[in-house]
Amino acid sequence: MTGAPPIVEMTGISISFPGVKALDAVDFRLFPGEVHTLMGENGAGKSTLIKALTGVYKIDEGRILVAGEERHFGGTADAQAAGIATVYQEVNLCANLSIGENVMLGHEVRGPFGINWKATHRAAAEVLATLGLEQLDLRRPLDTLSLAIQQLVAISRAMVTRPKVLILDEPTSSLDANEVANLFTVIRRLRDQGVAILFVTHFLDQVYAISDRITVLRNGGFVGEYPTRELDRTTLISKMIGKDFATLRSLGSERQSHHYEPRGEPLLRTEDLGRKGSSEPTDLELHKGEVLGLAGLLGSGRTELARLLYGADKPDSGTVWLRGKKTDIHSPTAALAHRIAFSSENRRDEGVIRDLTVRENLVLAVQAKRGWFRPLSRKEQDALVRKYLTELNVRPADPERPIKLLSGGNQQKVLLGRWLATEPDLLILDEPTRGIDVGAKAEIQAAVAALAAKGVAVVFISSELEEVVRLSDRIIVMKDHRKLAELENGPHVTAETIVAVIADEGDDEEGDSE
Amino acid sequence: MTDVASRLAAKRGAIVRNQAFWGVVAIVLLLAINVISDPGYLSIGYNSETGHLSGNLIDILRASAPILMIAVGMCLVVATGGIDLSVGSIMVVAGAVSMELLSSMDGTTGDAVLTLAVALGIATALGAVNGVLVSVVGLQPFISTLVMMLAGRGIAKVITGGQNTTADNDSFAWLANGYIVGVPVVFLLAIVIVVLVALLVRRSALGLMLEAIGMDSRASRLAGVKRRNLQLTVYSASGLLAGIAGVFATASVMTVDVSRTGYQLELDAILAVVIGGTSLAGGKFSIGGAVIGGLLIATLDKTVVFLGIPASATPAFKAIVIVVLCLLQSERVRSLFRHRRALRAQSQKEAVAA
Amino acid sequence: MTVTTRPPTGSAPGPAPSRRSLADRLGARLSALPTVAALLIFVGMIIYGEAAYGRIVQFSTLSNLLVNNSHLIILAVGLTFVILTGGIDLSVGAVIAFSSVAGVMLANAGWHPAAAVLVMVLIGSALGLVSGVLIQYFGVQPFIATLATMFLARGLASMLSTVPERLADDSSIRELATQLKIIDGDKVNDLVITPGVVAAVVIVVLGFLVLHRTRFGRTVYAIGGSEQSATLMGLPVPATKLGIYVISGTLAGIAAVVYTSRLGSAQNITGIGWELDAIAAVVIGGTLLTGGTGFVLGSVVGALVLGLMNVLITRDGGIRPEMTTIITGGILLVFVILQRVLAARRRAEQQG
Ligand SMILES: Nc1ncnc2c1ncn2[C@@H]1O[C@H](COP(=O)(O)OP(=O)(O)O)[C@@H](O)[C@H]1O
Ligand SMILES: [Mg+2]
Repeated sequence: MTGAPPIVEMTGISISFPGVKALDAVDFRLFPGEVHTLMGENGAGKSTLIKALTGVYKIDEGRILVAGEERHFGGTADAQAAGIATVYQEVNLCANLSIGENVMLGHEVRGPFGINWKATHRAAAEVLATLGLEQLDLRRPLDTLSLAIQQLVAISRAMVTRPKVLILDEPTSSLDANEVANLFTVIRRLRDQGVAILFVTHFLDQVYAISDRITVLRNGGFVGEYPTRELDRTTLISKMIGKDFATLRSLGSERQSHHYEPRGEPLLRTEDLGRKGSSEPTDLELHKGEVLGLAGLLGSGRTELARLLYGADKPDSGTVWLRGKKTDIHSPTAALAHRIAFSSENRRDEGVIRDLTVRENLVLAVQAKRGWFRPLSRKEQDALVRKYLTELNVRPADPERPIKLLSGGNQQKVLLGRWLATEPDLLILDEPTRGIDVGAKAEIQAAVAALAAKGVAVVFISSELEEVVRLSDRIIVMKDHRKLAELENGPHVTAETIVAVIADEGDDEEGDSE
Repeated sequence: MTDVASRLAAKRGAIVRNQAFWGVVAIVLLLAINVISDPGYLSIGYNSETGHLSGNLIDILRASAPILMIAVGMCLVVATGGIDLSVGSIMVVAGAVSMELLSSMDGTTGDAVLTLAVALGIATALGAVNGVLVSVVGLQPFISTLVMMLAGRGIAKVITGGQNTTADNDSFAWLANGYIVGVPVVFLLAIVIVVLVALLVRRSALGLMLEAIGMDSRASRLAGVKRRNLQLTVYSASGLLAGIAGVFATASVMTVDVSRTGYQLELDAILAVVIGGTSLAGGKFSIGGAVIGGLLIATLDKTVVFLGIPASATPAFKAIVIVVLCLLQSERVRSLFRHRRALRAQSQKEAVAA
Repeated sequence: MTVTTRPPTGSAPGPAPSRRSLADRLGARLSALPTVAALLIFVGMIIYGEAAYGRIVQFSTLSNLLVNNSHLIILAVGLTFVILTGGIDLSVGAVIAFSSVAGVMLANAGWHPAAAVLVMVLIGSALGLVSGVLIQYFGVQPFIATLATMFLARGLASMLSTVPERLADDSSIRELATQLKIIDGDKVNDLVITPGVVAAVVIVVLGFLVLHRTRFGRTVYAIGGSEQSATLMGLPVPATKLGIYVISGTLAGIAAVVYTSRLGSAQNITGIGWELDAIAAVVIGGTLLTGGTGFVLGSVVGALVLGLMNVLITRDGGIRPEMTTIITGGILLVFVILQRVLAARRRAEQQG
């Protein structure tokens, strides 16, 4: 297999974004007829490496060879023309168009009178059939489909051009076991036809089921390239998270031994809290000083539930009791007034305000809570800023620097400071450690543990199941926008337990419906 | 030594990069051109009988008053990432209301006060309609205010029955033509209002909140910033300020011209804001800059008339200035400049090292 | 462990074709619903007009409707392209002013009429290109860029002239508005068309074909759905965005020719507020102001609704002509608000 020369060879690739070095001298090779998995924690730079290859991002340094020739693509279209088809991590389809139109966009079959829709739809149906989607109605608008089917439609779209290289960035994050199996059959068939496949996933089982070779990234750096059979799971994990593995483990064991016991009245209780289309009616309870983990696949409804709790989206069903009193949380402003704070998963668009300084970002929520006509004096601001910059170890500790010039991890710490400054009783953290370096991650995890010890209730959401397990007292597992199960954390609970819960349920359903 | 020098250089750099600085330079240049064509241009006369100051500079100040009003309103709206295309039309509505009311009254000071209150109330209400459409209904600002821009002129025509109404009221006319300690009342009023707005915005946290909305409305909403109230406030304020501008503009001649009063003044307001260094994309704003922009536009208008250049050329010229300033604000051009600066800095460093 | 038993909505690989319910079918057609509504409104207005004022359903009134609004129809086609991508073009009215003043002055200065007409169209294309470059390559928001072009075009028109410029009586540009009788009715009740109407019809048909039968058209829709997705799908987004502003400008230039030939004169204040009429036509016709959904044919209906409204207002006589912009603006707002409500509903229902 490695006898043939690589079809893609990237050497010394570096890319910087303001405040982050997303890739630092990364090497990557891809051979025809292999499945090559790119591994690394969230934010390690996997998606960025893919976008560097296809020319969506310009590289600062390095060389890209495709089929032995140096290439610099100007974007997806260029790469496609060279036989590289890509399914990016963000589902990249147009919700306003039909399935058939989406699959064939840019590749419509043309006749003498422009696009021949009949032939175009026929071609679309053929491609969809290879993924086992022949029963889909091509004329159905895409936005009526579940995220999982959209994901599969996106993959079908990539195969329309019969590429020599197929890149799939986390295609399985919202698929269930069946759909994954289906996808893998297709991937194996393509591989046997000589297509080179670059595959990104977080699920170790999938890596070992399908891949021939693994490249590991950490914090934008290149860790190594290994044949899958020579790399066992523990080694792989430790390579992904680096030497801080031990530290994290000790932190985890401390939380896991902490036994959750309901202490009197819950701080927050919901009954049937839901919103049509984004969150099924959900009951939950949360006590002071407790860390409640929300786990589930991407798109399982964790974020949606968190947003309902904060009033970022308006619930259309259910009741919320806060400190025993029925409460209506209809907006972030109301939530803040009730001492609830929420840090969004989308740090770039919903977290930091890039052009404001660290100080302005940090005091924003407190100031909003007081109202604009009662400004914090400069002295009060300075005191707050000093307190949180020190406490959370923000580097550089310069309050007048625009926040966009800080690294991702430090931005996240400033955000945490923003919410802590409002002195919340309930803190909701959605993916607070995504895309940040290991050091900052450990510091944020430690801060969460310390907060809980001080009596703050924390809702903790993360795609990294290990992290949820390490930090939480109790874990709610979600799937398809609803609560699937609630687990008391303890030494017996591991990431695998959660995966099993998600997978099991899928099988049960199937048994029922047949 | 070198430390002081480099700090001075840095400060100078900051001033030069500040767009408002270039506004001042432009004003000085325009005045210089005028002085060249008429050396007595800047002289200020003093009428010992009435105690009034007179001269071209005084005329410029007087003419700048309405522009300052709408420019400040526009500045606040633009900070939130919006735009108010209706300022010119709200001006004409306020003018039409004033003239219609006054023409049916006796000309007492009480009438003038009442008229002022009604006209400004209606202007604020029209601004508030914009605000509701933008903040509560969630329409794009340019659509809501475009409708108001075109409908507003229609409303003014309906109010006056399509006529250019004229009225008499000395107190009302005094607002535009009177003097206090020799200085035109309009200009004093305009400056007082500008200073009040600036103090209100910068001494409270309003400025920070407006900028936060303009830079990132989703993030600021999640931080608890009350976007709706603030947008409602700024669009209403812009309406009120446009109403004041309308009163200024009509009181000076005591006539409202339904098709000319305030016509295309949104162009002046936007230009003033952009000259002042506020980006039309929203975010950081500068009221002082908008004031300089307004003064520059008044100076430009007067200069064009003074030099006998056909005034019809000014709108196109102003539009080109807007386009150029938009280009300068765009990311592409900025990164080009940054790149060049970086190159220069590097070559300097190398020169030092060598 | 609490395990509820609700069948998962998304994990089956799509519903079988037989399960495709009526609601689904309607859903697929839902995007055409506003257009149908606009058509119903148009028919309703005709019936009301006929009942209240009479002499609406007759050849002369209907052909006048077309003749008098052909420039608006052409503008609306251009704006449909722009609005479908989620953009806007506020400059069309001013472009018409500049283009027609320039054209009339050139023709009167002795230019060959064909050359003058060509220049009129090209002025539109050039100004469209300016907007497009500002938007696509300098990242200026569409409404700001086209607002600047609007001021620019209006300023250039005023530079040329501030009084009405009359086209010479024997200018062959006027022939573009010659009325051709198709059906010779009794008295003046004839069905007539003008070359301007023919141009409008051709442009509508071309617009339809381009949007639905070319990759360019599909890209327009894709950009309206999600510009980021369209880029990541490898579609030619920059060229397309530039293209639609050039199209919109060019069509404004053509509209200027059609309008000027009919009126026989041009002025720097021609076309004030026409951008609002054109946007209203597009929105009434069912195109979402946020982009992604809509039809050229809907915009035609929208333009006719506005034109008919003017006819009815004139016939009524009780409504002052100053009210027209207020009414148009009001209608536009009502439709945009309806769109938002419907979109919110649709989102909620379809995700469930
Ligand atoms: N367009 C962008 N602008 C700024 N920062 C970015 C951008 N895209 C990615 N990043 C940052 O680059 C790093 C790597 O991100 P990414 O490649 O998406 O990670 P992965 O796919 O491995 O989870 C992260 O710190 C992320 O925040
Ligand atoms: Mg990724």
